[in-house]
Amino acid sequence: MRHPVTVVAAALAAAILLWMFLAVWPAWLVALLGPKKVFVITIFNGITLAGLYFLVASGFTLVFGLMRNVNLAHGSLYLFGAYVGYDVATASGSWLLAVAAGFLAAAVIGVLMQILIFRRMEGDELRQTLVTIGISIVAADLMLWFWTGTTYQFTVPSWLDGAVSTPIITAVRHDGRAVFMMYPLYRLAVLVAAVAIGIALYVFLNRTRVGMMIRAGVDDRGMLAATGVNVHLVFAAVFGVGAGLAGLAGVIGGTALSVAPGEDVRYLLASLVVVIVGGMGSITGAAVGALLVGLAEQIGLAYFPTYGVVLTFIIMVAVLAVRPQGLIVRAA
Amino acid sequence: MSPRAATHLVAGLLLLAYPLVASPFFVFQIGAYSLILGTIALSLMILAGYGGMVSLAQMMVAGVAGYLVAILGTNESGLLGFGWPWWLYVPVAVLIASVVASLIGLLAVRSAGIYMIMITLAVATAFFYFARQNYAVLNGFNGFHGVVPPHAFGIAWRRPIPFYYLCLAVAAAFYAAALYGERSTFGLALQAVRDNPRRMRALGFNVPALRVFAFFLAGVIAATAGVLLVWFNSQISPGTISVAAAIDTLVIAVVGGIRRPAGPYFGALLFAVLQNFAIDLIDPERFNTVIGIVFLAVVLLSPDGLLGLFARLRNAVPTRSFAEPEPARPAGAVPQRSRI
Repeated sequence: MRHPVTVVAAALAAAILLWMFLAVWPAWLVALLGPKKVFVITIFNGITLAGLYFLVASGFTLVFGLMRNVNLAHGSLYLFGAYVGYDVATASGSWLLAVAAGFLAAAVIGVLMQILIFRRMEGDELRQTLVTIGISIVAADLMLWFWTGTTYQFTVPSWLDGAVSTPIITAVRHDGRAVFMMYPLYRLAVLVAAVAIGIALYVFLNRTRVGMMIRAGVDDRGMLAATGVNVHLVFAAVFGVGAGLAGLAGVIGGTALSVAPGEDVRYLLASLVVVIVGGMGSITGAAVGALLVGLAEQIGLAYFPTYGVVLTFIIMVAVLAVRPQGLIVRAA
Repeated sequence: MSPRAATHLVAGLLLLAYPLVASPFFVFQIGAYSLILGTIALSLMILAGYGGMVSLAQMMVAGVAGYLVAILGTNESGLLGFGWPWWLYVPVAVLIASVVASLIGLLAVRSAGIYMIMITLAVATAFFYFARQNYAVLNGFNGFHGVVPPHAFGIAWRRPIPFYYLCLAVAAAFYAAALYGERSTFGLALQAVRDNPRRMRALGFNVPALRVFAFFLAGVIAATAGVLLVWFNSQISPGTISVAAAIDTLVIAVVGGIRRPAGPYFGALLFAVLQNFAIDLIDPERFNTVIGIVFLAVVLLSPDGLLGLFARLRNAVPTRSFAEPEPARPAGAVPQRSRI
């Protein structure tokens, strides 16, 4: 309770938001913001998009946190995972198998990148970054070659398809019956998956032995090596998990939206902004950043359609101007 | 005459004589184009090589100047086009774009290294999306076309040979300025900040101000090249300032060699040649694979780019008389950790 004014303001904002979700909107609010349905769906879309962004950005921030390696080929791993997942889904008909394949394919590439390239230029951050740029250029072109410019669309598995009714009342009909909001089940599942993976990562990093090694490696790589841990193995594992998360997000995001060339750049930039806003190397920061960016993007799309994308970057610039290291900074 | 001056003299004479032997296509599409791209990459080289600040927003600064030329001067898109004379719109465009560059610098110098790469990339992307969406001033997806160099002093600057010499003059002026700046008080202070910002701060230098001023100077260079670029293309659209174009600028500077001003021009020449002739060698669709592999090879094999590779080759033949004034690193030596 160090900042009573802030706490009161936050509580007030939360209360207003809760009321906006639960209450039936009075006429003046509808006149001001448009129908309640649009508002609630925008917020839902924002939060579920944030879930997807978190999935992509968590791998990015994990790799950066340990290796100080900005993997600008992260978007390519996303797209690669999505393409491989699509092929597996088409061949096997199983969506879950596609998710697993997307994760594994990207993870294998990630481990190979770490072993073949990044191990050779440890500590040289600029060169590593440049190499990942080169890889992303070549990868985007080769994927365009192999999978052509077609837009692919996954089939949502039947157990996740369709819409569910949420307990949120969007309007009351003349005869007094309430209209409940319907929302696609799949998008809610994305959010659940993101939360689950976020918690799993948190537990993995903070409660397991390997997680302890990783955190030790972040703080003092030399000391960790001196205690007999094979640092290269830890690095390769982290790179594999980080890259795998990108591939997994590729299948999940590709199902929610679609898979096409150019998505790699889009998700790379989303990850960049998310981790810049949230704070590099922090899983919590990635969650906070993803939430801000996802909401900003959807609110921008709904209420200022022309400059929706720019709104995201305005948030980034504003955060940087106040906190250059992002909102959540790891205690050094 | 020192070997270095002799090299510069020979290079200058070759560049001056180039239009006498080359076809208009080579003069314009290869010659002028590489000089323009090289100058934009030079502005990045100055920030990265002397200041240790890798900015991916240099293409955006060039784009801002290009858009201003289209808006303040004349265009054939039927939007704005104030019809100012060239001696007014060129300096105004360069000045405003340089101020924009300083503002980017103001935001970026609060961070360093990789953070700066990401922030400048994000700013450049934001401007790209903004330009694509804004139809009121920037004419959205279509941009402006019909933006041509003026008739001035009785010369049609649009024709290949005059335009080539214009680009050459601009490139030579900035190249010389970069070489002079490297040894100037400001240049030395900037390089000292690159090597040890804490010590410089302790010595009483205003480190952020030095860095922002470097962004301004690099902005002047990028903006002037941006004016040439819009004239070269005779149009400007969001595609000119896309993420790919921003990355290309970095590729050019790194492939050529990011430590010395000559590097970006070598990189730009290679880029322009590949872009124009990769079509003949392989499927034109695969240009990005070729340029990406060249980039990867240079980054992996020679951290100093083509210039570093030349220096090493020259070093491998010690009998040659015009050796580097500064001792080049022997082949196979551990590369110096690049500072960012």
